[in-house]
Amino acid sequence: MIYADNAATTKMCKVSIEAMTDCIEKFWGNPSSLYAFGQNAAEKLNQARKTIAECIGADSAEIYFTSGGSESDNQAIISAANIGAKKHKKHIISSTFEHHAVLHALKKLEKENFEIELLDVHENGIILPQQISDAIRNDTCLVTVMFANNEIGTIQPITEIGRICHDKKVIFHTDAVQATGHLPINVVEQNIDMLSMSAHKFNGPKGIGVLYVRRGVPLTTLIEGGAQERGKRAGTENVPAIMGMAAALKESCYNMAKSNKKLIELREKIIDGLSKIPYSVLNGDKKNRLPGNVNFCFEGIEGESLLLLLDDRGICASSGSACTSGSLDPSHVLLAIGRPHEVAHGSLRLSIDENISEADVGYIVRSVTEIVDYLRNLSPLWKDKITGKRKFFLI
Amino acid sequence: MALYSEKVMDHFRNPRNVGSIENADGVGEVGNEKCGDIMRIYLKIDNDVVTDVKFETFGCASAIASSSMATELIKGKNLSEVMHLTNKAVTEALDGLPAHKLHCSVLAEEAIRAAIEDYFHKNQIEYIS
Ligand SMILES: Cc1ncc(COP(=O)(O)O)c(C=O)c1O
Ligand SMILES: [Zn+2]
Repeated sequence: MIYADNAATTKMCKVSIEAMTDCIEKFWGNPSSLYAFGQNAAEKLNQARKTIAECIGADSAEIYFTSGGSESDNQAIISAANIGAKKHKKHIISSTFEHHAVLHALKKLEKENFEIELLDVHENGIILPQQISDAIRNDTCLVTVMFANNEIGTIQPITEIGRICHDKKVIFHTDAVQATGHLPINVVEQNIDMLSMSAHKFNGPKGIGVLYVRRGVPLTTLIEGGAQERGKRAGTENVPAIMGMAAALKESCYNMAKSNKKLIELREKIIDGLSKIPYSVLNGDKKNRLPGNVNFCFEGIEGESLLLLLDDRGICASSGSACTSGSLDPSHVLLAIGRPHEVAHGSLRLSIDENISEADVGYIVRSVTEIVDYLRNLSPLWKDKITGKRKFFLI
Repeated sequence: MALYSEKVMDHFRNPRNVGSIENADGVGEVGNEKCGDIMRIYLKIDNDVVTDVKFETFGCASAIASSSMATELIKGKNLSEVMHLTNKAVTEALDGLPAHKLHCSVLAEEAIRAAIEDYFHKNQIEYIS
């Protein structure tokens, strides 16, 4: 099997599995218990907090454990909204291609009379810092822009956006779920007030994540109960998962530079290969994207068919087609960068990691090329396009 | 557990009756590019019997498998029977489809009906739909 869907989830790395099993076997006490056995678990928890804080240039006290990216996004946005509401500031700036965890949380706030302004991300899938400065008003309480997009991989100018927000004293949150462990992050240098991460995107376990919150920004508690996480998130801590997450993040950050160099080379090979397919287009900026992300649209192709035929050849990938999602609309990300519905249905996302070899890359390119050709030959639509009865959207 | 039944995957991987028929007696097309599924059915009809059928489909696995199965179900059948082919019959023959994919099998029923109506229309045959 060639696994090229690391943006969906990743395989746990060895050190993460070891950290987890070690914890399950030896440190399974409750960190809130007073006896030494419980406090040993508390000690592990604190070590993990410290490790994670160091990886992003934060302080241990600024790390809150959550159930993952979705919860972190929700808590960050609701907290900033509550801070804003107290000062009668109810304007929030975000982008059209955020993850649904952000967009749906914002949609909810809209019903509570918050004004949500979603900035255009242009055809290359990148926001300009100037758009943020232009959009910030006296009543803006939050800017939330993702670090890197989960579908097209484009990296946003986070440092610049952070500086603008800092200067104008507006809280800046970034959904860094796709970036953490893959791109260098320093919350101080980049002026990030809140940051979401999720362990299963950097070879850690599923169902565990972090919300980093700069000291002084008051969090709203979403889950009431015990005093865990300084009263901001109740529930007995998932110590094994937290230890697994810390080990995975440390390992990812340690290997980042070397791994990214290899990934970028492989990514470019895939992009070059797939660009040779007629009537295809790369989605997202050519260079300013996650090292392992490739996203294409192929005209006259329906994504689900492409994915299933790739699966038959042992390749795991994903698509933004409507028929893969169960909804009638194709990916909001592809629509946000201006792809028409007709083209967005035929999208393919490959998100590779360093387990992919050069031979795999060749096999992927060959397979996609052959399947696209096969499906087009099956299609009345394609026949109409090449005989001029229907127009092409891509040139 | 796979998303689709073995039957669906079989017809998706090895679709029967793919292609077109020159000078077909009836051609029907339904769906649109924006929604992501288009089916075109070609019929050869002799003495009210479907003697040959071919299809071309743009769409998901469910759409391709439904077209393939539908063509198998109507080949050699009398028009009166073919007119009454339902998406339910297509779905059952495929050992079921996930709920959100049923609309793709409806397209197969509609494409066949459109092809027969085209045949009736071309031959100025009165019919009640
Ligand atoms: C950008 C982004 N944000 C948030 C999430 C949600 O993370 P989780 O699955 O950990 O809740 C994901 C995962 O798909 C993501 O890619
Ligand atoms: Zn479909």
